Amino acid sequence: MSDLLFFIEVTLAGLGSGALLSLTALAFVLIYKATRVINLAVGEVLMLGGYLFFAFASGLNLPAWAAIPLAVAGGGLVGAVLERGVIRPMLGENPISVFMVTIGIGSVLVGLVELVWGADPIALPAFMGNTPIFLGEAYVSRKIAIGFAVAAVVIGFFVLLFRTWRGGVALRATASDQAAAYSCGINVPGVFSAAWIIGCGTAAGAGILLGSIGGIAPTMGVFGLSALVVVIVGGLDSIAGALVGGLLIGLVEAWAGTYLGGEYKIVTTFGILIVMLMIRPYGLFGTTEIERL
Amino acid sequence: MLTRAPDARGGFVAGRGAAAGAARLQVEGVSLSFGGLKALRGVSFDVEPGSITALIGPNGAGKTSMFNCISGFYKPQQGAIRYDGQDVTKLHPPARAGMGFARTFQNIALFRGMTVLDNIKLGRHSHLKTNIFNAFAYWGRAAREEMELRAEVEERIIDFLEINHIRNSPVAALSYGLQKRVELARALAMHPRILLLDEPVAGMNREETEDMARFILDVKEEWGTTILMVEHDMGMVMDISDHVVVLNFGEVIARGLPHEVQRNKKVAEAYLGSGDPAALKAKLSGKPSGAKTVAGEVRA
Repeated sequence: MSDLLFFIEVTLAGLGSGALLSLTALAFVLIYKATRVINLAVGEVLMLGGYLFFAFASGLNLPAWAAIPLAVAGGGLVGAVLERGVIRPMLGENPISVFMVTIGIGSVLVGLVELVWGADPIALPAFMGNTPIFLGEAYVSRKIAIGFAVAAVVIGFFVLLFRTWRGGVALRATASDQAAAYSCGINVPGVFSAAWIIGCGTAAGAGILLGSIGGIAPTMGVFGLSALVVVIVGGLDSIAGALVGGLLIGLVEAWAGTYLGGEYKIVTTFGILIVMLMIRPYGLFGTTEIERL
Repeated sequence: MLTRAPDARGGFVAGRGAAAGAARLQVEGVSLSFGGLKALRGVSFDVEPGSITALIGPNGAGKTSMFNCISGFYKPQQGAIRYDGQDVTKLHPPARAGMGFARTFQNIALFRGMTVLDNIKLGRHSHLKTNIFNAFAYWGRAAREEMELRAEVEERIIDFLEINHIRNSPVAALSYGLQKRVELARALAMHPRILLLDEPVAGMNREETEDMARFILDVKEEWGTTILMVEHDMGMVMDISDHVVVLNFGEVIARGLPHEVQRNKKVAEAYLGSGDPAALKAKLSGKPSGAKTVAGEVRA
């Protein structure tokens, strides 16, 4: 019985980190859907979000309710500047070049953060409390539970938004055929900007959640790599894929980490990636004719 | 937000009014080059309101470049595009769509993965006024616009283009000819005052071509929309156009009524070659010999 309880606790923790993966994967998917760019700097924008929150909450002593929106907006601003300044001038270039540029952007962001805040890990000011939450008898860390709840609400909000808001229609149309969308009166450059702003803002928000659970460090951008596995498994252009893939990878990582040992966590994740690329390179929910990564 | 409701209705009324009208399009001295390649050199022509004007010419003559300048995808380095007298040269495609431009593409550009109806609905995108805040209140204005849109789309365009039987099919599953027809339907849903058709019957069989020609004529006659089309099918061009403009090497070499252009020596030469090597050499070296006089003759 206690084995079952332990399994449930591990599963809940896995779902918690899976929700964060989903949120980060959503940033990849949004940006890819609109601009067909695989933005490898998502992980670094996520890290920057954590540091921005640290700067606003610790440096300026702002309360969490002000620091969080400011950090998310800061991430969005970074997205806007990157899209307008770096990505748009590269439209029509070889996708590999654009892909490489986003890797470069990631390195620059890491460098900037190290210059300003140093390379050592920092704990974020606590704003969630520490009292554990019990679901029945199963114990869940409060931070992970809150992280899961926030991620779920944000993802739910996005899904609703893209179903009902005409911006969602514009995004789908742009993803489907840019020239046709442009001629139908859809402001395609506006969709590009919006996708980068919303995507990077979402990543920054995920960074705050992740940082409040495990602290922030310039290297936390590697979380973006796990999220990249998620989008490849779920499908690069599928919001539902990001959702399901994130929870799936979160669960598998938690199970593998607990029952096989911590060193098997990454092996299992990337093992799934390799198998997925072999049997379904466009992902669980992706468009079949999508270019293979 | 309630106070803005009349705007939405106004938008619809204006949209309908616009559909009834036909726009005059003037192309004045448009030049476009890509690096050293001069795709268009001082092209000028008028498209009369309510007419069908065909833009023809051999491959590489600059027809599609001209088309992309008119629809806003390219910005010409010189010259102006006027829409009812207003200079629209610098406007981007969505702005032009709002003014009454609609186009189709040489290679079908439909929203694959969506149904015929969804594609047609997207044509109305630029005319919808719903904003982010009340999009969630689905039964508010969004619903009303949706209903009006649906009724309008279903009753008129789908019946008109005889695509009722495929309205819920995914467009990717349709035949080439039907996809072209759906593209026309989407353009019509934009309530255009000028309709730009880039090779509307390219790759179609005889029957499909005849259907499309009939639809284009009907659009002109029932809705009074001005139509400019690029087309290679000379049979169709001669049958349905009111006016023909011939481009060659980025220049207008002839214009006039279909039968006038048909008899034009310069045009025959552009398509078939004169068989005279010296003339070809002169042309390639960039000295158009007497193009202007021929164009003048035709106009007179």
